[in-house]
Amino acid sequence: MYWQEELETLDREQLAGIQLKGLQKTVANCYENVPYYREKLSRLGIHPSDIKTLDDVRKLPFTKKSELRDNYPYGLFARPIKEMVRIHGSSGTTGKPTIVGYTRHDLDIWSDCVARVVSAAGATSGDVVQIAFGYGLFTGALGLHQGLEKIGATVIPMSAGNTEKQLMLMEDLGVTGLVATPSYALYLSEVAKQKGIVDRLKLKVGFLGAESCTPEMRAQIEANFGIIATDNYGMSELTGPGVSGECICRDGLHIWEDHFLPEIIDPATGENLPEGSYGELVITPLFKEGLPLLRYRTGDITRLNYAPCPCGRTHVRMDKVCGRSDDMIVIKGVNVFPSQIESVLLTISHIGPHYLLILTRENFMDYLEVQVELCDGTLLERYGELEALRKTIRERLHSVLGLDARVKLVDPNTIERFQGKAKRVVDHRYE
Amino acid sequence: MLIKQISVFIENRTGRLREITTVLRDAGIDIRAMSVADTTDFGILRLIVDKPEEAQRALANAKMTVSITSVIGIAVSDRPGGLCSALDILFNEGVAVEYCYAFISHASENAHVILRVDNNERAVKALSDAGFQFLSASELYQ
Repeated sequence: MYWQEELETLDREQLAGIQLKGLQKTVANCYENVPYYREKLSRLGIHPSDIKTLDDVRKLPFTKKSELRDNYPYGLFARPIKEMVRIHGSSGTTGKPTIVGYTRHDLDIWSDCVARVVSAAGATSGDVVQIAFGYGLFTGALGLHQGLEKIGATVIPMSAGNTEKQLMLMEDLGVTGLVATPSYALYLSEVAKQKGIVDRLKLKVGFLGAESCTPEMRAQIEANFGIIATDNYGMSELTGPGVSGECICRDGLHIWEDHFLPEIIDPATGENLPEGSYGELVITPLFKEGLPLLRYRTGDITRLNYAPCPCGRTHVRMDKVCGRSDDMIVIKGVNVFPSQIESVLLTISHIGPHYLLILTRENFMDYLEVQVELCDGTLLERYGELEALRKTIRERLHSVLGLDARVKLVDPNTIERFQGKAKRVVDHRYE
Repeated sequence: MLIKQISVFIENRTGRLREITTVLRDAGIDIRAMSVADTTDFGILRLIVDKPEEAQRALANAKMTVSITSVIGIAVSDRPGGLCSALDILFNEGVAVEYCYAFISHASENAHVILRVDNNERAVKALSDAGFQFLSASELYQ
């Protein structure tokens, strides 16, 4: 199902033409209306008239999240407050939130993007959709709310929490669509199963977002509820949810390229990477009046797939985000994400899922030690079996990372557990 | 004929062996025999104790990686060639010894040898046919 069929199926050449116009307009908006950008561009000797082709985007400087914080609250706005109709903020785990603002035009495009995402996932005006994201400064709930209203769906702004009431309304109001974080959707589905009410629900589609979702988690939600669930992606700086979303083929998330120009860079060097490489997603929104941003570094690691999608949409697909660039470590010139190591360890039995990476440097050479917990006593009969386990871990890590790691088996429960953001890397190289 | 041996994974870290023996002390477990072997990173501690199941439970509760297996315990005469005579028999029977360790008993003239072999059944039969005395559960456990 399309929301804007013509725009969603533009051929790549037409798309590029729209993107170039949007890019030129955005650079001009930054230069003319945001003193911070004007100075930043002038220092680099860049004038909006230098942007003649899409590749010229590479001449532009990146924008980092810290720059929004440094210009708190309104420093990067390109329009006076009287033209802004909405403020949102990102949670920001420490200190002040990151404030973002929207003109009426910005809200209109944003809701179109969300409308495309929910339509691609199969939602129509006949759906009754319960939003179980928390409302408030966070863009998730209102973002989905506007997009769903735009396609004519019936929206129930339930907000997060109060599981009993969520399930009661889902049953009583004949809810067919659910917007939730994957973890909350899983919880709801398990409670519904326990209460034996799944058969009385009319639920058929789930829109998961705001946090990462493993394929196993999604499969569990789908099995519990008997629904199809799709992922969507976005962040408040770029607008909110709706930057990209899965179609029913569920083989990547379509980025709405007429509104967002994506690039993949090496997070360490800032160099653009060849098509298909994993790297940090950088996005330049092409439509924003209120808060234009140039080459915004999302910090998310993914890759882009320009192959045509069976759904008919021509817009590029990004993989599910597989890591954060802040977690990236560079070892012997190789970029390593702890999430890659984690995914290898999860496939090996006898060891636990927790790990610690220790980096050392001897004679100008980097060494990586991976510590894992031996959790299963059945290998204790023979040294050979423990050595074979170490060898297996080392070989699998090598095939994924392209790096030789030293593997150390440690006692169970000796690697520190973390609530929330884990600290899994100890770097001794610069001591 | 077979006795129970506890194996414990030991990370190569100062104080770890002491932590294990502390758990056993607090659980009132008496160690009858032990052997530790190590590589650069880790070791495996093998223990014969008076109450193997309790020892396993106590160590597992203390979040240690532990397993319990059956090994052979025999008495060999405490004189030159005593151990060799037992190993001759196993060799002739084609039974491989994976590891062994020994301890001296106060109660008898014999030395006791713990053997981990690749085929318990054949080893027990051969040793028993040759007249070797096995350590019994009642001698070790209380």
